Amino acid sequence: MTPTPEEIAVMVRQGLPDAVVDVRLYSGDDHFEMEVVSAAFAGKSRIAQHKMVYAALGDHMREAIHALALKTSVPKE
Amino acid sequence: MSETVLEQIDQVIKGNDIVLFMKGTPDFPQCGFSQRVGSIVSSYGVPFAAVNVLLSEEIRQGIKDYSDWPTIPQLYIKGEFIGGCDIVSEMQENGELAELLAPLKKEA
Repeated sequence: MTPTPEEIAVMVRQGLPDAVVDVRLYSGDDHFEMEVVSAAFAGKSRIAQHKMVYAALGDHMREAIHALALKTSVPKE
Repeated sequence: MSETVLEQIDQVIKGNDIVLFMKGTPDFPQCGFSQRVGSIVSSYGVPFAAVNVLLSEEIRQGIKDYSDWPTIPQLYIKGEFIGGCDIVSEMQENGELAELLAPLKKEA
């Protein structure tokens, strides 16, 4: 069952408590676009940052992750 | 996951400057994300090796174990995992990909 954008945002914030999450559906009901801003990303490669988000989403999100266009960044000073 | 699959994957990645593990082929992609990365890499006019993971379930799962990354497509440049569709698209937009691929044009 495809999660809702809000469910995904909640999962991300559980893993990254300080994260600012902007997630929305695009093209149909199972493709997502998400931007995550968190200080926890500081000094980490883009790949490591994305892995942190995937870890927060957990295994049962595997289907959602496939159709997820993710952008991660560190909060602007 | 048998050692040989991971070894095979490692050899392909180390043996080619640019390797794209994708669903389908550059000419006949079977997934929008794979198609997007294939066309992005092709737009730089540098040769690249494409591995159609749909032909082998072992490779399809093996590459995810190899990089500890849950999705396909996966792009590798000079043996290094660069990312999937969203990261490659972002790197194209901000010019990072052009920097990585430029030196490979001269060599080719």
